[in-house]
Amino acid sequence: MNHTVIEKIFRRHSKEDIKPGSIVWISLDVVSARDFGGPNVVKNYRKTYKDSRVFDQEKVFFTFDLTVPPKTIQYANNQQVCREFAREQGIKVFDVDQGIGTHTFMEEGFSLPGTIVVGTDSHMNILGAVNCFGQGMGDVDIAFGFRFGRTWFEVPETVKVIVKGNPRSDFSAKDLTLKILGVLKTDKLLGKAVEFYGEAVESLDLSGRITMLSMITEMGGISGFIPFNLGTREEIKKLNGLDDIPEEVRADENATYSEIIEIDISDIEALAAEPPYPHNVKKLSQIGKVKVDFGFIGSCTNGRIEDIEIAWNILKGRHIAPGVRLAVVPATRKVYAEAMERGMLQDLFKAGAIISNPGCGGCAQGHIGMTGKGEVMISTGNRNFPGKQGDGKNYLASPEIVAHSVLNGYLSGELN
Amino acid sequence: MKEYTFSGRTWVITGKNNEIIPDIDTDQIFHNAYLHITEIEKMGQYTFDNLEGWKDFSTKAKPGDIMIAGSNFGSGSSRQQAVDCFRALGVKVIIAVSFGAIYKRNAINSGFPILMFADAERIISEKKIKNLDKVKIDLSTGKLTKVESGETFSLMPFSKVQKDIYDSGSLLNI
Ligand code: SF4
Repeated sequence: MNHTVIEKIFRRHSKEDIKPGSIVWISLDVVSARDFGGPNVVKNYRKTYKDSRVFDQEKVFFTFDLTVPPKTIQYANNQQVCREFAREQGIKVFDVDQGIGTHTFMEEGFSLPGTIVVGTDSHMNILGAVNCFGQGMGDVDIAFGFRFGRTWFEVPETVKVIVKGNPRSDFSAKDLTLKILGVLKTDKLLGKAVEFYGEAVESLDLSGRITMLSMITEMGGISGFIPFNLGTREEIKKLNGLDDIPEEVRADENATYSEIIEIDISDIEALAAEPPYPHNVKKLSQIGKVKVDFGFIGSCTNGRIEDIEIAWNILKGRHIAPGVRLAVVPATRKVYAEAMERGMLQDLFKAGAIISNPGCGGCAQGHIGMTGKGEVMISTGNRNFPGKQGDGKNYLASPEIVAHSVLNGYLSGELN
Repeated sequence: MKEYTFSGRTWVITGKNNEIIPDIDTDQIFHNAYLHITEIEKMGQYTFDNLEGWKDFSTKAKPGDIMIAGSNFGSGSSRQQAVDCFRALGVKVIIAVSFGAIYKRNAINSGFPILMFADAERIISEKKIKNLDKVKIDLSTGKLTKVESGETFSLMPFSKVQKDIYDSGSLLNI
């Protein structure tokens, strides 16, 4: 046996011979659609399959996370199209109160080690954090998946990335992610799966793994995996409340990789991605003193309780700089509840933050927090493409940096 | 039988210095501000309206046109509209150095012909193919021919799945 993680997951889901480059049919464990994409999935489905039932009512879901609650009549109508379909078909909707779909799947135990979960979300590969192969797809793909619970896939090659250099305690998972993104850019992993090894990545906790693996999308990759450490299984069980979960899928010792890349992180320091691309990664010290207007803490990349806690520890008892705004958006209802119960929301509120219900927050003009021309945003999100979060400039960084920046009023990694 | 050869005018998506633009993401192709739109006919007008230098593309493109783009074309979100907007304008084939993974699936699954052209960057920088050149393309062989000079270029031909889906019109008809 000489298979990589993704090949082994595919082998469990296909009768065909799994080797990189071959196109195979695979079965799907969960097929989902969001409020964007969802209405077109329904449209395609109805047109093609009429009243036929979805392949399995327990494995098909809607997750509304982008415009929550809907802010325009069009979005409200779109969501209602999905709800009506869901009622007819007897399938579950994680509605506008729930938060980000992929995170809900992890919390509800729908994405388990070794499974395959697809949806109309290009950051489905976050699920690599729990050793699940998550894949974003368009609405034709998903309509087909709703009906048949399978799809075709070109088995990707896998790149092995070995992260070297002593992991220090004073950089965050986001710095590590940006450091790696800055090296790999968008071409090294294009269309490929990736496995990360090395103490700095393997020691990440679940929230750090989510941060890291969510940005495989920005690296152009299909999906990423990091071997579990001693605590990862327990963290997953604690999150989804299950007594037991399947064993993690690990690569064979002599698995074949298309490339092995070593990345030395020993010179890592506080980093940010300069607009207009996530891979435009610079040291904060190189970027200089950029005045910020708006801070954002949240998104599928940094919307866990651990991320909010980091910001909270920096912001509590202080107040953001005059003229600066800060939005905090927990990833899910569960995260929101914990932040509330532990008093974080109150302290963040007093520090001047705008706190919103869980969801995708600043992305796609769906929910909260666009910038106008000339404004500068510092965000924990994953994309800073032109127009993604408004007409202003958008820097991407860790929750630490966002918190320090809104306190100081300019891009910074520590308190002035 | 589906059409396998197309001839049309080219659009080469270049930026400053006439270099082909890499990493054009779905927000530049079909901005998230229009994601509520679900009817294909309404999508064409917004194509590239967030891509510097190409904001008027929808008024310039004509049915039958063939587009050539850079590497990682269509990276970003999973929105099908970023494929469908070209269909709405009547663009027949999209050629790119490479495609974002989800974009590639979306195009293939909806039966929209896309082809990879590894050498495009060099060919374009040497001005061997320019905007509004007339070209002929054969999807099954991946041969691109400049009508005027007869010069040919090799692209990656259709894969088996791509061909099967293209022949049936969409993954949904398979
Ligand atoms: S937070 Fe943004 S990037 Fe993440 S899933 Fe939501 S819309 Fe996508």
